[in-house]
Amino acid sequence: MAKAFQKIYTKVIQLTKATVTIKAEGIGNEELATINGQLAQVVKIIGDEVTLQVFGGTEGIPTNAEVIFQGKAPVMKVSDQLAGRFFNAFGNPIDGGPAIEGQEVEIGGPSVNPVRRKQPSELIATGIAGIDLNNTLVTGQKIPFFADPDQPYNEVMAMVALRANADKIILGGMGLTNDDYLFFKNVFDNAGALDRIISFVNTTEDPPVERLLVPDMALTAAEYFAVQKHEKVLVLLTDMTLFADALSIVSNRMDQIPSKDSMPGSLYSDLAKVYEKAVQLPDGGSITIIAVTTLSGGDITHAIPDNTGYITEGQLFLRRDADISKVVIDPFRSLSRLKGQVMGKKTREDHSEIMNTTIRLYADAANAKTKLENGFDLSEYDERTLKYAKEYSRDLLAIDVNIDTTKMLDVAWKLLSKHFTLDEVAIRKEMMDKYWKK
Amino acid sequence: MATKGIVKGIIANLVLVEANGPVAQNEIAFIDVGDTKLMSEVIKVVGINTYVQVFESTRGVKVGQEVEFASHMLEVTLGPGILSRNYDGLQNDLDKMTGVFLKRGEYTYPLNKEKEWDFTPIAKTGDTVEAGSWLGQVTENHQLHKIMVPFTFKGSYTVKSIADADNYKIEDTIAVLSDDENKDIQVNMIQKWPVKKPIKAYNNKPRPFKLFQTGYRSIDFYNPLLEGGTGFVPGAFGTGKTVFQHTLSKQSEADIVVIAACGERANEVVEVFTEFPEIIDAKTGRSLMERTCIIANTSNMPVAAREASVYTAMTIAEYYRSMGLKVLLLADSTSRWAQALREMSNRLEELPGQDAFPMDLSAVIANFYARAGFVKLNNGDSGSVTFIGTVSPAGGNFKEPVTESTKKVARCFWGLQQQRADSKRHPAFSPLDSYSKYIEYPEFHEWVKKNISEDWIEKINEAKTIMQRGTEVSEQINILGDDGVPVDYHVTFWKSELFDICFLMQLVYDDIDRNCPLDRMEYMLRIIMDICNTDFEFTDFNEVATFFRSLINPIKQMHFTEFKSDEFNQYLVKVNRIIDEKKKNI
Repeated sequence: MAKAFQKIYTKVIQLTKATVTIKAEGIGNEELATINGQLAQVVKIIGDEVTLQVFGGTEGIPTNAEVIFQGKAPVMKVSDQLAGRFFNAFGNPIDGGPAIEGQEVEIGGPSVNPVRRKQPSELIATGIAGIDLNNTLVTGQKIPFFADPDQPYNEVMAMVALRANADKIILGGMGLTNDDYLFFKNVFDNAGALDRIISFVNTTEDPPVERLLVPDMALTAAEYFAVQKHEKVLVLLTDMTLFADALSIVSNRMDQIPSKDSMPGSLYSDLAKVYEKAVQLPDGGSITIIAVTTLSGGDITHAIPDNTGYITEGQLFLRRDADISKVVIDPFRSLSRLKGQVMGKKTREDHSEIMNTTIRLYADAANAKTKLENGFDLSEYDERTLKYAKEYSRDLLAIDVNIDTTKMLDVAWKLLSKHFTLDEVAIRKEMMDKYWKK
Repeated sequence: MATKGIVKGIIANLVLVEANGPVAQNEIAFIDVGDTKLMSEVIKVVGINTYVQVFESTRGVKVGQEVEFASHMLEVTLGPGILSRNYDGLQNDLDKMTGVFLKRGEYTYPLNKEKEWDFTPIAKTGDTVEAGSWLGQVTENHQLHKIMVPFTFKGSYTVKSIADADNYKIEDTIAVLSDDENKDIQVNMIQKWPVKKPIKAYNNKPRPFKLFQTGYRSIDFYNPLLEGGTGFVPGAFGTGKTVFQHTLSKQSEADIVVIAACGERANEVVEVFTEFPEIIDAKTGRSLMERTCIIANTSNMPVAAREASVYTAMTIAEYYRSMGLKVLLLADSTSRWAQALREMSNRLEELPGQDAFPMDLSAVIANFYARAGFVKLNNGDSGSVTFIGTVSPAGGNFKEPVTESTKKVARCFWGLQQQRADSKRHPAFSPLDSYSKYIEYPEFHEWVKKNISEDWIEKINEAKTIMQRGTEVSEQINILGDDGVPVDYHVTFWKSELFDICFLMQLVYDDIDRNCPLDRMEYMLRIIMDICNTDFEFTDFNEVATFFRSLINPIKQMHFTEFKSDEFNQYLVKVNRIIDEKKKNI
């Protein structure tokens, strides 16, 4: 096919830190262009004045810059060749390999018709009990880790990805440090999983606005494999807070009125557009999104985690447990909204009761701990809950645990019978008869 | 002649058009982008410049493209066949769309033109009719769907002829009306109505007076909603808004349920699509989907259509109300709708109000809530639209514009409390902050006396006092310590705990407890209130806690067992025995 009609303009009438305005005609909204070789996208047209957002920033762009329009919105080429490759935010290979050949599709395309979706119901096993036992994940789900920057969220996410039994794992790295980027590359390489990994990476070395393209790139690739190839695709997005920061930079430069926490008023819609790409299709294909939203000092009322919480289907919290000096998945604040779709249905019948009981007793231990800190005497029961809590943390909550769900349930029963009496556990009698081991 | 225009500018989904003739505020315009036409709505006119908000992505729209104005506002198509449908915010039938992805510019007809309906006439030749008069009826699923004189008709008309009882398609003429100038007008089963205008084809709108049963004890008794009333549910994420709305749509006493999924998760809508056809409504014995219509504008669908979606849903609700039906309209969430308003206002460069929301947010919300109501139709029948909206306040803080604006207009406020949700006290409505203004309505008092009992309102106030006192003494106990207060304080606290745990709390996942009918509610209420009004003898505070804990379990069990079954009665015997042991002898 012939290349789209290209027009070259050299009349720049306005320059800001992120945008360039020129006089041009016949330009489509959201069309791509290059300005002195820098990629830019049309964000506003008034009469013959076209404003472009320059992804790499406008440093060094002169008023007589050469602007070439490409006649189309951002596109990427999709085909099976994507597998095993590393790209930058524009979809250009950064692994030294050849360019991808395939079907050209627009990124950030329309959403799936809700009536063509299927209710998610397929379990994702990660081997981590804090997830599988307490917050079971389901294909087609979207869920973020809410974590402080010092927590090992990237490590946990890489682990989840490798164990998740997905056909494809797509990494969308936004503002990833070079060290973290190399970490992901190494982990995937060592696991021998490179052929099912696709990465779109914007590192801290790259201009921040570029990362706005990363989720769209990653999810367009995901849609190719899920919709056309009926594959189970897992998309990892890290870090969505930095994505939102880039949104606020752009809206600020466009003179938009900021709403809460200096974020653009459209933050909810912008985040939803990304997360809602998670889908379970009737023919077996699915897109599952596991993201990271870094918090500042654990504050979840900030606009970014707050809006995220309203969009995603739950959230996972990491916490360092002083009892065992390991990172655990916090059973109190974490939630998987879709766990009910699989718990006890795709897993053993005692799953939901065991989950509730073990957490309830863990909460008793937390109360006992508070008592202890406040200088009160502990009852014999309190002492037992503390012992139980330590073992529950070590054998189940810790992120380095890797066992299947049935084994998790067995471990839980063992802990219950070791520390508590039948009455204290108070699980339905038929379950007790079947699984209680003394 | 229709006005045409030329695109002059594009800012996200706001397009600037130069029109060559008159345009009206909220008029629909189509932008021709070559392969398809994009629907949009006029939202501002400055000189020859008309600003339209486009209901689709504006990617690729160019200056110079042609625009055609449609000479009408955003309309919905009303007629038999709306129930069980899944529409988008502009009333496109989602099931008729081909392909996995929504295609830009694909508009599908909301009704079925081929289906035949069993029409029976109601009006007779020679009758005088006006807008909203019932001409005849067809059976839609299991409900009688009235075919009405279009709401747009002004003045009165004479029925010149009416079709015989038979099967007709929606476009077949079922009546010929003549106006006062003897001009004949043919009427079929379809009519159109602009969504932003309320349908007012009724005689009057009296104050609501009759309880609208939801099956929730914390609502039907404690903060009641009335038929034709309004209420709203603010709550942070994870406090139970969605579960509440789903439960209401399943078990409330409405004839018709219209659900506006406004900017929320697609998987939640899919849950309704998947589950509702399977659930059988105990009252009618029919699938729940038969009385339900879903307007789905999920969070990733275009923002302008999100704003339209709540109006589309309201108009459909008003249409069924005009047939004398009891309609429940649920909008989840009105905050997303307000955010859509904010995005547009921002692009129009209007001066912002609080949190960058438009200045008229309060007025827009008030106008919308005002469309709900119980109405007396012109023929003496009555119908109602009961409206419940959810609000998703940023950071779970109720001091924000959408919650505050809604509070001014909605008559019931059921505030979901994070702390209650965390401790699994569901429904997590705050017992102190939530309210229903209907408790003060003398009309409601009268209805209650006639239909429930003389002292019902008194009991509500008593219950509220119990909860209030309980909170007060619990603060005292926390400050002064368990043994720093008189034993009476503990009794007061535990009475409020008893009322909370045994009456206000309700398990939606339990098949019996989920839906509590009025007779059962009253029965349980009297048991619990009697305990709260009884004087007990205790020697120390430990005894108080032990006593009330021992009472709570059997009462909870009563909620989980069949009403007045042997098992239920046994628990009651147990409860009475425990009470008698500690009762103060007079």
